[in-house]
Amino acid sequence: MLCANFKTETLGAGVILIPRHPLSTPNPHRLPSTVAREDEHLLVAAAKSGDVAAFEELVGRYERKIFRLTMNITGNREDAEDAMQDAFLKSYSHLKDFQGDSRFYTWLVRIAANEALMRLRKRRPNQFSLDEPVAGDEDLIPRELQDWGPGPEQRFAQTEMREILSNVIEQLEPEYRLVFVLRDIEELSTEETASALGLSVPAVKSRLLRARLKLREKLNRYFQQGGAN
Amino acid sequence: MNCQGVIHELSNFIDGELDEVLKRDLERHLAGCEECRLVVDQTKKTIEIFCCCEPVELPGEVRNRLHEALRRKLKEAAQ
Repeated sequence: MLCANFKTETLGAGVILIPRHPLSTPNPHRLPSTVAREDEHLLVAAAKSGDVAAFEELVGRYERKIFRLTMNITGNREDAEDAMQDAFLKSYSHLKDFQGDSRFYTWLVRIAANEALMRLRKRRPNQFSLDEPVAGDEDLIPRELQDWGPGPEQRFAQTEMREILSNVIEQLEPEYRLVFVLRDIEELSTEETASALGLSVPAVKSRLLRARLKLREKLNRYFQQGGAN
Repeated sequence: MNCQGVIHELSNFIDGELDEVLKRDLERHLAGCEECRLVVDQTKKTIEIFCCCEPVELPGEVRNRLHEALRRKLKEAAQ
């Protein structure tokens, strides 16, 4: 199974085991059982009513995914950390405005994506625009068609594979990368992605198709039988 | 459907958003076109690899700074 190849590991040096630090002392609004805490909307309801530990649990549940998201969008660790931190702080400040029309995680992803996008724009002003129409269909014809063989990703060690994925996604133009990250990595729906980025549904679909084709082509250089590895 | 049509509908096909008639048409083309089969299979694989890649553990100092900032925020909110 493919997913078994991607186990959690620490960025940088070695595995770091850190005890969970409670953000505050226990409070009377805490949920009564750990079973109930499995459910995101109960955690959100508890956090809204002042249960700090419930919010802490939400942070602990999603911090890695939100950091991955902000890293994928900004491609810069400092910006990714700032964007993640501000996303969690803003989500706490605006928790009362969260109506529960979507999953809390989806709402959080939208906040984090906006924070990351702002930093990307600051770092690369005038370098890209989400509003620009994409080119016609003529450049969509795939090039570099070689057989990858079975389980191409298994030819690489986990850390090597992570590096490859990080490199290829960083090479993707931001207007395509953002859509791919929200739609295919964070698994937002097309409509949620469109809403998060202020794009139309057809624009999301068009960018997603290009992103997928471009990433396939970039991975082809690593995965083709007898290719560079 | 020709090769260009397959590429045009590739995302809809992978996402299961094609209507039955178009889907059968596309699958008929795939049955006879090895190049399009490669593109479809490899694009699916590309998505699968990214989607299955678990996020890494937060670096210790990053997590500490995040939780420290949250504690400050919560303290402010409580005052």
